[in-house]
Parts: sequence; structure tokens; C-alpha cells
Amino acid sequence: MNSVILQIAARYVRWMLLIFALVALIRGHNYPGGGFIGGLLAGLALIYDGFAFDHKRISKKRKINPVGYIGVGLLLIFISLLFGILSGDVLMKGIWISLNLPLLGQLKLGTPFIFDIGVFFVVIGITILFFLSLKRR
Amino acid sequence: MPQILLIYLISSLAIFILPKWVDERKPILLGLINLGAFIFFFLGIPFISGQIQYTRFISWIPEIGLNLEFVLDGLSSIFALLITGIGSLVFFYSYRYMKGYSRTKPFYFYLFLFGGAMLGLVLSGNLIQLFIFWELTSFLSFLLINFFHEKPEARRAAFQSLFITVFGGLSLLSGIILIGSDVNSYSINVWIANADIIKASNHYVPGLILILIGVFTKSAQFPFHFWLPGAMQAPTPVSSYLHSATMVKAGVFLLARLSPALGGTFEWTHIIPLAGVITMLIGSYFAITQTGLKPILAYTTINALGVLVLLIGIDTKLSIKAAMLFLIIHAFYKATLFMVAGMIDKKVGTMDINKLGGLLKYLPITFIITLLAVLSMAGLPPMLGFLGKELIYEAKIQSPGIANLVLFLGVASNVLMIAVSLFFVYKIFLGKPQPFEKKPNEKGPGFWLGPLVLVVLSLFFGLFPSILGSTLVESAVSTIREEDIIVKLKLWHGFNDVFFLSLFTVILGFALFFLLIKRDRLLARWRALNRSIFKFKLTELFDNTMEGFVNFTTRKSRAIQHGYHRYYILTIILFTSVLIWYQVFVTGGFKLNASFSLDPFYISGLIAVIISAGTFSIFAKTRITSIIALGVIGYGISLIYLYYGAIDLSITQIIVETIIIAMFALVLQKLPRFAKLSSSITKFRDIIVALIFGSVMTLIALRAIDIDFLDPISKYYIDNSMIKAFGKNVVNVILVDFRALDTMGEVIVLSIAAFGVSLLLQSKTGKT
Repeated sequence: MNSVILQIAARYVRWMLLIFALVALIRGHNYPGGGFIGGLLAGLALIYDGFAFDHKRISKKRKINPVGYIGVGLLLIFISLLFGILSGDVLMKGIWISLNLPLLGQLKLGTPFIFDIGVFFVVIGITILFFLSLKRR
Repeated sequence: MPQILLIYLISSLAIFILPKWVDERKPILLGLINLGAFIFFFLGIPFISGQIQYTRFISWIPEIGLNLEFVLDGLSSIFALLITGIGSLVFFYSYRYMKGYSRTKPFYFYLFLFGGAMLGLVLSGNLIQLFIFWELTSFLSFLLINFFHEKPEARRAAFQSLFITVFGGLSLLSGIILIGSDVNSYSINVWIANADIIKASNHYVPGLILILIGVFTKSAQFPFHFWLPGAMQAPTPVSSYLHSATMVKAGVFLLARLSPALGGTFEWTHIIPLAGVITMLIGSYFAITQTGLKPILAYTTINALGVLVLLIGIDTKLSIKAAMLFLIIHAFYKATLFMVAGMIDKKVGTMDINKLGGLLKYLPITFIITLLAVLSMAGLPPMLGFLGKELIYEAKIQSPGIANLVLFLGVASNVLMIAVSLFFVYKIFLGKPQPFEKKPNEKGPGFWLGPLVLVVLSLFFGLFPSILGSTLVESAVSTIREEDIIVKLKLWHGFNDVFFLSLFTVILGFALFFLLIKRDRLLARWRALNRSIFKFKLTELFDNTMEGFVNFTTRKSRAIQHGYHRYYILTIILFTSVLIWYQVFVTGGFKLNASFSLDPFYISGLIAVIISAGTFSIFAKTRITSIIALGVIGYGISLIYLYYGAIDLSITQIIVETIIIAMFALVLQKLPRFAKLSSSITKFRDIIVALIFGSVMTLIALRAIDIDFLDPISKYYIDNSMIKAFGKNVVNVILVDFRALDTMGEVIVLSIAAFGVSLLLQSKTGKT
């Protein structure tokens, strides 16, 4: 596929999708969204890129290794679980800290958020892995 | 005691990280550790006299009443001393023997870990714990027999021994659980305390038989004896340590341990002696016709194991006494003889008895050692073996039940043993000198140190048996019989029945021996006769059975795993449908309370769109229209989600649908032409299957409305989402907080699936 329209559209759409994915990830805890949806959106952004240009662009130029994404995601999930134990409580106990940032106001951060980021990465990795292996066929 | 086991474990692991100068001398180091453990147990002897038991508890799984129990008493003390004592001698011997072999690290690792496992076994006060050590010894034995794994015979023998002993181990475990269920405990002491309950239970006979299968496989009793001669493929230190002195005695140990709990019944005093007596006879009979040194010793070991099992089965005060004494005697002389056989192999280069002879000239020290050990084996004075044989005869004469048979076969077997023993030493050291490739000499004290120590001990205890009798044997017998028993041992018993029986045996044995050496061809004829009578070999039967089993499973797998994806799916769907229909039928049939309405109209309209898109996709002429129609279904469903307020679900559904269509678009060009290949019959079949499954899913959905949970679980999440997890989005909070473990599992499964798909698509040879 070598469509100029698609390629020019891709330059903007992928950024929009990526930003949208991040927003979905961050607001997930209080409003619709979350790691799974965010991950799918981000995966979609990269797939869009792959459609418009060449799938090699994903793996070569952008140096995206889907297996690495899955690994990072699983590692983050694992780390988020350990916090509970390290603080002397049960596994997976959610630990929260409250930050007062000048512009954003009060921000609550917790291990479930790390967990969600882990899910986010795993889902991106899986989506791209599917895409790349289909494309390579 | 647990600390000692820990030392064994740590030192065995440390073998792999030793610096080079220690590495070369590691057998000596390991031997010294064994010696240290030996001294520990030796110093413990005075504290465990009589029935005194020293126990240690470590909490393991208290919820199901399972604790690690370590018991040191007379019985485990004898075994622990043999394991550590002979262990250290074997390691010193291996230092010399294993020089020049590669892969010594794993070898010593297995051998040393074995010592620890065996110690753990005899110190176990809990049968589950004992079972774990039991299996560990089986497994290590397999690895050690397989040391020369480039030889097919070694692999075959290792496999046989593993299969048989592990099969026995599983049988043992079933027996333990069966009997343990009657007293709700696996602790041996609890079993002994509740012996009456156990023996009265219905589970007693099957449980006992299962346990006995375990014992008989481990201790090479008939009809499982055939793995032991095969196990001689292992390096000689292994044969000397595992397959004569320690591991094969584990079964004997377990019998002795359990005899207060299970013993004394009709089954016990008949099954066990019968197996023992047959094994005893087989061992001594086949020992005579073997030509290799190690096979001869292996069959005599089978004989000794038979004697031990027989004695414990007779189950009288006297027989237990004889068994404990014979245990020590046998370990002493058999370990010695194996070490001598290995030494001769190293020095002369052969273990074939027909190629040996006249070694007396070259190896005088070895000759003396061998002669003394062999005298002990034959049961002749002044060795400890003589005392053992007298005691055994005494026990046999006084045995209840099948005494006559036992005594008669016992004499026959002893006659053969005397002949074998004399023949063994005659053929190696006297006899016609054969041309040797290399002139053997007595160099290397590492070779004869171990045998010498054992022989000297055997002679010493033969002359002063009361030292052994009033300490270890007395306390072991008291433990097994559960009463304080005074054991007095003397070398000379006076002219009584037993003495004349002994004399008779010795005369016959010598007669047979002289017959064998005067008439060379007699033995050859005997071997030929054996071959023609015993054409049916248990080892071959075993191999054929295994081969048949493998063929059977191959055919079975081919039938089930046929490789047609459509039939797999068909099977799964039909099976699930049948199960669900059955369950629905059992739990109240088809009463449906759901009412049907078209309100609100846009949902009904949406459903109509979905149904028509589905119908369209079936009849679509090209693939792309079909896929687009499927997409319509997906988006339609997501709209339904949206209407009912499941926003997260709806978003996910839309994105997933988009991605799926994108993926489809990707492979679309590469797929073959959209052809209709199915015949009308298969189409009809597929329609039926689809209808069945669709109706099942509908049924589930409709029935699900009726199910009235007392307290919907979702309420808890909604109430606590903000308070406990600081999140307004309940769905997300459930995913990442309340049920994070589930999510983690799902994510992991998803990743594995992704790798699977990726590999599947990358494979070049994939068809269809």
C-alpha cells in the first residue's frame, strides 16, 4: 500500500491517537478509560502508521520491539504488586500517596496506577505483535 | 538433625563452585563431611539406648496436620551410621577410582546428595516426608546408573530402575494415604499408637499391599528384582554405596519402621516371608551362573535383601534381632566386595570371571581382604557373618507359620551362597593365572583403605560381638518390638541344633564348590541349562510392555489429535453444548420467566440491524462484504453496551472491532479466492451445530436473568470503590485493584497467546 493521502493523514492521526491513548490511561481511574483501552488505542496508532508506510518502519526506524513492550508491562505489573509486601501488608495491597502540584491541584498516585500502566504496555505489545506477525507473512 | 541434612544440601551444591585446587580433592572433602556426620551419630549412640527416641518437630503445613518430624532411635541410628560411615569410605575410594573420568562434578553432586536424601529418609518420622526422600533416592539412583549414558545398556538399565522404583514409590504413597486416612495422620508414631485401629480397618489389606509393592520394588524383591543386576551399569562406587549398602535397604528400613504399626497379622507374616524366601533363593541360584564380578555380587545382594525381608516378615523377637545384625554384616562385606571388584577392574582391566585367575601373586593384601569378606558372606567363623547366619537359622527354626518351607529353602540358599563365595575368591586369586595386559600391583592405598576398614571391623565384631549387640542392635530391636530387650551375642553357641544345621550347610557348600572347580564344564552346562529353562526374562517382558504401551499411546494420540482444526472446534462446541443442556435439564428444565418487549424501539431496531447483518454475512458473495457485515455486528453490540451504561466496555468493543477489521484488511490480499468448498452435507451439519450452540448460549443468557443472588457482589464494589481504592470508575478499580490478581493472570495469558500466534504465523512450513 502506498497511498499519499493515508501517509499524510497518518502523520497527524497517529499523534492524535497517541495523545488520546495517554489521556484514556490517565483518567481511567475516575472516568471511562484505563490501561486496556489506552493500550489498544496506542496500538491502533502504531498500526495506522504501519498501514500508511511500511511495517518495517515500526520495527526498524522506530525501533519498536513488541516483545520488549510486553516484558516492560509485565515487569511494571510485578513491581506494583511488590509494594504491598514491602510495606508489610499483603500482596497487591494498593498504596496511595497524595501530591499537591502547583498547576494540577491535588494528584493522587497509587500502585494501581503503575499496574494500569503495566497493562497499557502489555496491550500495546500484544497488538503490535499480532500486527507485525500478520504483516510479515 | 535437620541441620545435618542442611549441611548435606549446601555442601552438595557447593561442589559446583569449588576453587580448582579443592576441586581435585573434593571426594576427600566430601568423605570427611560424611565422617563428621558419622562421628555425630556415633556419639549419639549412648543417648538412644533401649526404646528412647530423640525427636525434632518443625512446623510444615500445620493446617493439614503435617509436620516435619525427625526421629533418631536405635533403628534410624544403625542406618544413619551405615550411610555416613560407608559413605565416607566410598568417597575416599572414589577419589582413586574416579580419577580420569570427566563429568565428576555432577557425579559427586548426585552421590553426595544421595547420602543426604538417604539420611533424610531414615530420620523421617512422617511418612509423607519419608516418601519425598524415598523418591529423591530413586531419582538420584537413576542419574547415577545413567552416568555412562553413552552406553545403550546403561540407559536401558537406568530407565528400568527409575520406572520400577518410581512406580513402587507411587504405590507406596497411595498405601500411606489409604491407611493414613484411618488415623488422620501420617506420623509414624501416631500410626504405632493406633495400630489396633489400623489393623481392624477395611483399608488395612489394600493399604498394606500397596506399601509392600513400594518396599519390594525398592529392595529388589521378587518379582521386581530384575532391575538390580541392571543397575550394575553404574560406576562401582555407586554399586557399592547405593545398590548394596544403603538405598536398596530403604525398603527393609520401612518394613522395620512400620512393623509395630502394621506387623503381626496373618497377611504380614505370610506375604512378606514368601516374597523374601523366593527372592533369597533366586538371588543365590543365579549368582552361581553369572560370569561378571558385579553381576555375581548383585545377585548375592538380592539374596541378602530376600533374607532381610524374610526375617522382618517372620516378625519374632529373634528374627528382628537377626535382621538387624545381618543388615550390618551385609553392608560390611558387600561394600567391601564391590570395592574390590572395582579395584580389580581398574588394575586388570576386566571383570569377567573367566579371564581372571592367579592374582594372589600380584595382589596379596587384596586377597586377604577379599578372603575375610567372603568368609563373612559365606557365614563362616570367625567373621561376624558366621554369627549372623547362626542367628538367622535360629530365627527360621522358631518361625511361626511357614517354618518348614523357610528352613528348607534357607539351607538350600545358604549352600549356594557358600559355594558362590568360595568360587568368587578362588576364581580371582587362585585358579589358573591368565595372561594380563598390564601387571597389576598394590599401588594406591586409596583403593584398599575402605575395604580394609570394613573387613577389620567385621572381624573385630565377629570376635567381640557383645559390643555391637548390647548397644545398637539392642536398641534397634527394642524400638521395633516396643519392649526392652536385652541382646547378648556370642560367637560360639555350643553344640545345638543350629550348629549341626550350620555344619551340614557348610559341608554341602564345600562339596558344591569342589564339584564346580574340578569339573569346569559342569558350570558351562549349568549356564546353558539356565538359558534354556529361563528363556522368559523379566527384563525383556518389561521392555516389551513398555514398548507396547508407547505404541498404544501413540495410536491413541493420533486418533484424538488428528490435526484438523475444524473437528477440534466441532468437538469442543458439541461437548460444551451437551454439558450445558444436561446441567440445565438437571437443575429445573426450561422454565423461562423473561418477558419479551420491543421497548425501547431504538434498541429493537439495533437488534434488527445486527440480525440482518449477521444473515447478510453468511450469504455474502465476497470476503470483504462478509467482514464488513461482521463489523456492523460488533459496532451494533457496542452501541447496546453504551445504551445500558457500560461505557468502558463499549469503548473497548469499538477499538477491538476496529483493530480486527484492520488485521483482516492486512491478510485479505494473501488469502486464497473466496470459494465455497463445503458440500451440502457438511453445510447442513454445520448449520445444525451452529443452531445447537446458539440456542445454548441464548438459553444461558435467559436463565442468567432468573438467577437471584442474595447479595449482588457488584454492590460491594460500587460502595467501596471511592472509599477504599480512591477511584470513581468502578470497572477500572475492579480491574486494577479489587481483582488485580485476575487481571494479572489474564494479561499473562494474553501475552502467552500473542507469542503463540506470532510463532504460528512465522513458521514457514504451516499448511492451510
